[in-house]
Amino acid sequence: MTTTKIQSASTESPAPTGTGSRGTKVLGGFALVFLIVAVAYGLFISPPDAQLGNTIRIIYMHVPTVMAAYMAFIITAVSSGMYLWKRTEFWDLLGSSGAEIGVLFFAVTIVDGALWGKVTWGVFWRWEPRLTTSAVLLIMYIGYLAVRAIPADPRTRATRCAIIGIVAIVNVPIVHKAVDWWRGLHQGKTVLGTIDPEMGGTQLFAMYSALIAGLLVCVWLLIHRFRAGFLAERASDLGLDQALEERRLESSPATGEDA
Amino acid sequence: MSQSGGVLSDALLVARKDLLLERRAKIGIGQVLPFAILVLLLFAFALDPDRGILKLATPGLFWVTVLFSAVLTLQRSFALEAEDGILEALRLSGMSPAGIYLGKVTALTIELLLLEAVLVLGVAVLYDTKFLGIPLLFVIAFLATLGIAGAGAVYGALAARLRSRETLLPLLLLPLLAPVLIAATRGSEVSLEREAISGWPWAALLGIFALVYLTLGSFLFRPLLEDA
Repeated sequence: MTTTKIQSASTESPAPTGTGSRGTKVLGGFALVFLIVAVAYGLFISPPDAQLGNTIRIIYMHVPTVMAAYMAFIITAVSSGMYLWKRTEFWDLLGSSGAEIGVLFFAVTIVDGALWGKVTWGVFWRWEPRLTTSAVLLIMYIGYLAVRAIPADPRTRATRCAIIGIVAIVNVPIVHKAVDWWRGLHQGKTVLGTIDPEMGGTQLFAMYSALIAGLLVCVWLLIHRFRAGFLAERASDLGLDQALEERRLESSPATGEDA
Repeated sequence: MSQSGGVLSDALLVARKDLLLERRAKIGIGQVLPFAILVLLLFAFALDPDRGILKLATPGLFWVTVLFSAVLTLQRSFALEAEDGILEALRLSGMSPAGIYLGKVTALTIELLLLEAVLVLGVAVLYDTKFLGIPLLFVIAFLATLGIAGAGAVYGALAARLRSRETLLPLLLLPLLAPVLIAATRGSEVSLEREAISGWPWAALLGIFALVYLTLGSFLFRPLLEDA
């Protein structure tokens, strides 16, 4: 589905005009293949689960989206740390791309978690530890994106974002622990968000192909988002240069008259 | 430049400055405290005049009120620094960023603890609360407040120079403090003997939170002062 968005850009061109390349096309192709396999096995070929019934098919989607979201947030955290150390645009852009893609996958995770809840518990939302944690973390990273959206000098903006990226990831285990204990100090593991070791052959295959598909789509989106961010920076540089040039042209005859 | 071991004396200096400013301007007593008591009244209007729900929900309502008041206190504390380029002046003063950070945290913790002391009286009178596990309650309040101030000072400084700081600070800070709210509320419930379990794991969690954020803040305050 998402792979159809690959833009055709010539890989040899010196000034990139798109966000696609041969590498991302290959990656996108693999992602598409795994998605098709995951859909085929997850929705049609694998049998319903002994305990969960057909709702296990939601789990096939839920686990990959949450894993991809965490991967994106870890990328943001590492990039944030690297930015404060190296101070390069690369780490800044990678960090913000990770946060954006992470928020996207996290939002999907919460929606499919709520759908699973509606079928299993009869309500969209229960104050189940994993759902609660996800909601808190999602809002935390929306805060990151809010700061990112504030126009500022690139260095200032990058530093602010890097600090939030580090603070947010440190908070992840604390939120987990607090929410786990919140519903009684002896809360066991929940079904949602864990891979059952008892899972049978085609079920396991559906789960792992969905997992690989999810991670590939995440990486694919991340690369495109990174390149889009890079191009946006260049475009704003270009706009600034043009504006400077125009001002210079405006002022030169005027100063001539004054003199 | 500050000498080695100057972090603590810098922190004391900044904390004394903030507390002195607060004593003279009386924003906390004159504005934040009445706001906090108003929130306690609003909860009573919204929930239950017969005190049944209020009594049950007291710890949660208390800590939500503290969080809202903390946001206001933080806004005030860093608005002071953002005006007239005082943050730049602090940076040029040669004080260590970690010292400035710890000073802000100390002043904030003291201000918030005083606010909480008055709020506890308000809760006791308005919601008819009886306090039982006093030592646990003290420890929970101290560690939770330290955590709120520790995390809050980082984001307060970060948001201080932004035009949208009034809306941005709560968005950034409140999800970060969600574990503090959970731990402080549950810990207080234990100390009010609503729960039969031990409350000390909650205190430990609050302690870890405070320690993590104080460490993180001490390191992050330098790039924060220099660039953000």
